[in-house]
Amino acid sequence: MIMSETQKQKWVGKAVPRKEENRLLRGRGKFADDLKLREMVYLRFVRSPYAHAKIVNIHTSAAEALPGVVAVLTGAEIASQTQPFIEIGPDPCAKIKDYPLAVSKVRYQGEPVAAVVAESAALADDAAELVQVDYEALDPVVDAEDALTDKSILHEEAGTNRIWNGVFEYGDVEQAFKNAAYVVQIKKMHFHRFSSTPLETNVVLAQWDNKDDRIYYWCNNSFPSFAIQFLAAHLGVHIDRIRVETSDIGGSFGIKITSYPQMAVCALASKKAAGRPVKWVETRSEHMTSSAHGNERTFRDTRVALDKNGVITAIASRHIDDCGAYPRYEPLGCVIWSQVFAGVYRFKNARIDFTQAATNKCPVGPNRGYSRMQHLWFLERVVDICAHELKIPADEMRLRNYVRPEEFPYTTPNGCVYDSGNYPKMLEVAKKLIGWDDWKKKQEKARAEGRLIGIGIGTTLDSGTNNFGQSQIVNPGAPFSGNSQGANCKLDIYGEVVVAVGSCPQGQGHETTAAQVVADVLNISPDLITVRTGFDTERNVHTGFSGTYASQFAVSGLSAVHGAAQKLKKEMSRLAAFTLESKEDDVEFGVGQQGPELRANGKSINYWALANIVNVNSAVLPTELHEITLNCRYVWRAPFKVPDKQRKYGNLTLTYASQLHMAVIEVELDTFIPRILDYVAVDDCGTVINPPIVEGQVYGATAHGIGAALMETCVYDAVGNMLTSTFSDYTPITAVNMPKVKYGHIETPSPHSYSGAKGMGEGGAAPIHTISAALQDALFDQGIFIEDSFNNADAIFRAVVGREHGQAANLVKLEKRA
Amino acid sequence: MPEAVAKIGIKIIVNGKTCSLSVEPRQLLVELLRETLDLTGTHVGCDTSYCGACTVLLNGKAVKSCTVFAFQADGGEITTVEGVEKSGNLHPIQKAFGEAYGLQCGYCTPGLMLSTFQLLSKTKDPTEKDLRKAIAGNTCRCTGYQNVLKAMTFAAKAMKESNGHQV
Repeated sequence: MIMSETQKQKWVGKAVPRKEENRLLRGRGKFADDLKLREMVYLRFVRSPYAHAKIVNIHTSAAEALPGVVAVLTGAEIASQTQPFIEIGPDPCAKIKDYPLAVSKVRYQGEPVAAVVAESAALADDAAELVQVDYEALDPVVDAEDALTDKSILHEEAGTNRIWNGVFEYGDVEQAFKNAAYVVQIKKMHFHRFSSTPLETNVVLAQWDNKDDRIYYWCNNSFPSFAIQFLAAHLGVHIDRIRVETSDIGGSFGIKITSYPQMAVCALASKKAAGRPVKWVETRSEHMTSSAHGNERTFRDTRVALDKNGVITAIASRHIDDCGAYPRYEPLGCVIWSQVFAGVYRFKNARIDFTQAATNKCPVGPNRGYSRMQHLWFLERVVDICAHELKIPADEMRLRNYVRPEEFPYTTPNGCVYDSGNYPKMLEVAKKLIGWDDWKKKQEKARAEGRLIGIGIGTTLDSGTNNFGQSQIVNPGAPFSGNSQGANCKLDIYGEVVVAVGSCPQGQGHETTAAQVVADVLNISPDLITVRTGFDTERNVHTGFSGTYASQFAVSGLSAVHGAAQKLKKEMSRLAAFTLESKEDDVEFGVGQQGPELRANGKSINYWALANIVNVNSAVLPTELHEITLNCRYVWRAPFKVPDKQRKYGNLTLTYASQLHMAVIEVELDTFIPRILDYVAVDDCGTVINPPIVEGQVYGATAHGIGAALMETCVYDAVGNMLTSTFSDYTPITAVNMPKVKYGHIETPSPHSYSGAKGMGEGGAAPIHTISAALQDALFDQGIFIEDSFNNADAIFRAVVGREHGQAANLVKLEKRA
Repeated sequence: MPEAVAKIGIKIIVNGKTCSLSVEPRQLLVELLRETLDLTGTHVGCDTSYCGACTVLLNGKAVKSCTVFAFQADGGEITTVEGVEKSGNLHPIQKAFGEAYGLQCGYCTPGLMLSTFQLLSKTKDPTEKDLRKAIAGNTCRCTGYQNVLKAMTFAAKAMKESNGHQV
């Protein structure tokens, strides 16, 4: 091919305008609730007001008698027709019987106990109010550590609230503690429960069509290939009988992976309604109480060994994760954090004893930064607290402990391979952007005036493209490993280039970036390429891993697109060589007067003419070219091995994007309100495909992190009532709370993707670590340790009051060895 | 459960088109727009007037259509996102959101653009504080607002340069 290197990269790396914009700016987006079908009926759930109670009786007759009500479903009825959902964990987790409607008891406030289907949404609301449920209240458990005492058990069939336990131990921990110059002990830390709350709630439109006995879904689930595996087993149907389509999705951030129980109810309701399509649109309060929250985690009895220079040599700690009432996607979170076991640091010896407990709260689900952000926050707290105890500046402490640029690819103690990175460089870039030295001077002056100003650093990782083999560390019998993604690239009958991908984007610009990749392969403009995103089982491009989650599209999705485009290019070259009577290698791709064409021997053939030969003029094709279809499916597979289950060792993710954030925060003396004075976000996701799209992801992840650190928390009272069940209570971050973010980036290309790109988008929750660090810096002198990831004015006030009452004493202990 | 109530006849102008409708007293304006008139560009995000995904202009004023009963709009003139462009030409605000990458999933965007519309119809030279205040009632979960504010700045500039006319 006579394409120069510069031509090859004409579109990748450029700020190409998004193809998605035309419809979205004009109010023509196609979101799940926008679709209406003939004979459609509406579903409303009846939900539990109790966190933990026995269901004594459900009275449905009044609802059924209401004109316009089509069907009422209860858990008992569903249990008689279906299998419980697959559990990912081994016993005792595997013994749990999880149905999409509560059967004999409820386990969290907001759990659905019945479903009502009616001719209109308003009628369904009315009818739901007529369903009367008699409950017998049981003792609720809202704290994970209390749950582990098993005084009140959620799942009697499992016999315990302990969902999973495993010890992750590497190196020689005891020896490292024996040799330590310093040992720092931290009694307890806690990462709070929150959710990234996509603005569009879960929506399911389902039809169990009685004409062909197939189940059709139009919905906004963000990991449909996973959902259909769970649904088929639950409903007892062949997976091929289920068709799922998604179109535009109004945000997911992982949360919409968990909508499969509601998808099951809608299909069963449609079956009961004689095949009429059933639509369910989740209300915001339903979303807040019963979709999914992020994992809450408590860190106990942490011990850190350091040498005389403040280099961490070992960490030993006990972590208790709270998965809420049903494990569902869990206990995958019990291993996912170990993708970033060592964070950005070099320590070789560590022992983490990890336990997950069930509590009477909303089930958790993958939430942007899933399971890793809790651990990364823990490590950043450890680093800052140790730095303070050893009187080493926070920046210097990091430089002494970071994995060094020359050490990449770097193998962590648990066998993960960090592909590339340069953390000291990011620190340097961030310092320059924020004006580190200036702020240090200002801080000193402000402190002299009695003001509380802190400067914090958060270094974090966004590990992308999972090795699903890590599920076997949780459950040795799990039938998953590796990762793959499919794509199709074709030259259609009239010469149109059409690309299909098995992803279901929610604003990440997949249509645009996929077009950029294909444009470079074929040397045409992205405007000439149509990209079909959104899931459709019938498009036959997906694999069992297809969806949009876990920071991977730039690697898995675009590698699949690139592979399919290369295949198509090869076929087009062969065909053109035949028609132009030339050698394949002499065929050039370009654009002529009649649009995109291939040239050789001073002759050319355009895309229409090429497609014509294969599709509708095939008698001219010699037999040796009969295998050419111009319809090329390619499956990209990640180069993974199955991890060592016993040692919990192996490479768990393919790429490691990194982020370094810095914040300057002042805590107001009278009100304890923390105010961000300056904020910097530096990102490294390898080669950038579309700079403004990447920048947008960084800003979005930063807003989620700042919101989570200062404003957003899921609050439960002692008996399991959720107190933040509306946006007005939960207060997602708004434009008036969001500081201006100074953005910087470096590029350390990944050797694992064809383009050098790394998956990105989750951002490792860098702001949560950074804000904790900045508040810590502001408050250390007050004798306060930041032990929680949520720090609004009230939390800071309580910490100050706690300190005044001596509660902070003994939280952190420094032991200096001889 | 509410008793069956007589429907109410209303007359409204939506995106320049007069509509005579009869509505249930409890029907919300957003339901009327989405379900009866099939104007699905207006979205629902929170049901409680926090997020502003349902923002439309009612008599030139940005309102949250999830918190207005349909009958309350009687006699009024409504602009939804579908009515912002003129004969297929995007409004400067729409263009600015595209140019500034001011959207990701696009679910909040119609509401944000209409709040911007209200601001820029009154304020030609908005300060950053004006911009932030104008969208205080619009939640966006994707963009972190940074590029939304950039888009609003672009729009203000374009509208000022064109003296309020469409460009």
